[in-house]
Amino acid sequence: MTYSFGLDTFGDRNSDADGQPQTHAQTIRNVVEQGVFAEQVGLDFFGIGEHHTDYFPMPSGDVVLGAIAARTERIRLGSAVTVLSSDDPVRVFQRYSTLNAISGGRAEVILGRGSSIESFPLFGYDLADYEQLFDEKASLFAELLKGEPVTWTGKTRASLLHEDVVPHTEHGPFPTWIGVGGNPQSVIRAARLGFGLALAIIGGPPTRFASYSELFQRALKKFGRPPLPVLVHSPGHVAATDEQAMAEFWPRWRDIFSVVAAERGFALPTEQSFERETGPHGALYVGSPETVARKIATNVQALGATRFDLKFGLPGLTHDQMMANIELYGHQVVPRVRELLGEHSNG
Amino acid sequence: MKEHIRLAVLGAGHVGPVIARLAIKAGYPVTIATSGDPQDIALITELIVPGAQPQWATDAVAVADIVVLAIPLHRFLDVDPSLLSGKLVIDAMNYWPASDGVQTAFEGGGSSEVVARRLAASTVVKALNHIGYHELEDRARPPGAPHRSAAGVAGDDAAAVATVSGLVDLIGYDPVRLGSLQAGRALQPGGPVFGSVLPRAEFELAVHENARSIT
Repeated sequence: MTYSFGLDTFGDRNSDADGQPQTHAQTIRNVVEQGVFAEQVGLDFFGIGEHHTDYFPMPSGDVVLGAIAARTERIRLGSAVTVLSSDDPVRVFQRYSTLNAISGGRAEVILGRGSSIESFPLFGYDLADYEQLFDEKASLFAELLKGEPVTWTGKTRASLLHEDVVPHTEHGPFPTWIGVGGNPQSVIRAARLGFGLALAIIGGPPTRFASYSELFQRALKKFGRPPLPVLVHSPGHVAATDEQAMAEFWPRWRDIFSVVAAERGFALPTEQSFERETGPHGALYVGSPETVARKIATNVQALGATRFDLKFGLPGLTHDQMMANIELYGHQVVPRVRELLGEHSNG
Repeated sequence: MKEHIRLAVLGAGHVGPVIARLAIKAGYPVTIATSGDPQDIALITELIVPGAQPQWATDAVAVADIVVLAIPLHRFLDVDPSLLSGKLVIDAMNYWPASDGVQTAFEGGGSSEVVARRLAASTVVKALNHIGYHELEDRARPPGAPHRSAAGVAGDDAAAVATVSGLVDLIGYDPVRLGSLQAGRALQPGGPVFGSVLPRAEFELAVHENARSIT
């Protein structure tokens, strides 16, 4: 079994060493440095999730990935996720096909809703239409990936009549995944369309998703498709010791959840709930390299996944803290996970 | 008594399968249905809700003593009220505009009150809506176990609230009864317990403080 390991960011707005928020522009430049550094420490993937807020000023991840592509040679680059429902699948295909060209075939796309709801009012979509928007647009995206002229009719965008959508890819479709947060019908949809399954596990015990991997493979078989990979995306933070990682992460986690909880009307996370999530059965990977590596190895195996993407950083962390996280993840966590998984080469 | 109570869970998305699994574990016979063909959820049922029977909604409801509504709220208005006529219905849905968009029919009050008005020939109890689907199973503990968490059960019909409280108890939570659907507004998004998992004492305190602050 060959495993790969990546990092995801939402463009979490950095603070400087004095705790003052840095500008959106500086945060974006920091993300470029982080992506380049991710390759230097040996990682396989760097992903950018679409967000449109003051604390995640990252609406155009593909532009940022283009900058990273120009300074790297090997690392794969993708969205994590693209909010397809409020975007145009033709434009998404064109942007990532362009990234694929710039990077010499290293582009990927993860389609989904993520936790990003702010794009709907921004682009004039109604959240209540989410399901139809996503279903139609994901189907169209699957057609576009085939690389042939597309004929398509639906309710959510203008029809296409034998349109040749450019730029063409050089070597067939780039990897595309659907992000799933717990709805088994989304797993079936990913299988039906022939996309990889990206399990976004951000709360609760990860092992509850084990049956989803089996559902995915069984559904692929039912649709007459070959097996496709499963990846896990989860948040976390690595520092030299468990104590340091917790001390850096918890206040920022509480802060951002206080904002989101107020926006969306749910209860604040307590220190107890945080301890539960950072413990061995929770969804957060916060701690020393050894702690985080053990948890990743356990869950990757339990979930039948071949890729793990750590969503690193939080609004209010410094660029230096994020870079330290990246270095520890690449140099210590990933080699240790490979060792725990019994993988002998980095194939 | 539970072997005599049959459950129909409507919805095979985030929430329905979790409630169905908890009920099966507690010993209830459970059917699961969506708006479509049971064949479409056969694989999901086999792997994600083993032990449940996928059925057409009409068939599932016909033999059920309790029907759990676990569909997206915007789909609720497509449900024919006569399907649920005479049934005890658990409303596990939420009106959550910040997450799912604004729906004018549910603005400005309690979503379960709107549901109950539409399902005038059914008895509606609000329950199992306020603990996140990702935590609902993990935090369940059998009756009598230490460190149990509380779950609210709200309704205008005391007998129905008692029946649903029995179910909530058996699937893993200390039921806290609220004497009306209006009082059940405390369980919905923006309320004091939505999205949190609390022991009974803290749960009751949060709900009661909320009640005081709005009267």
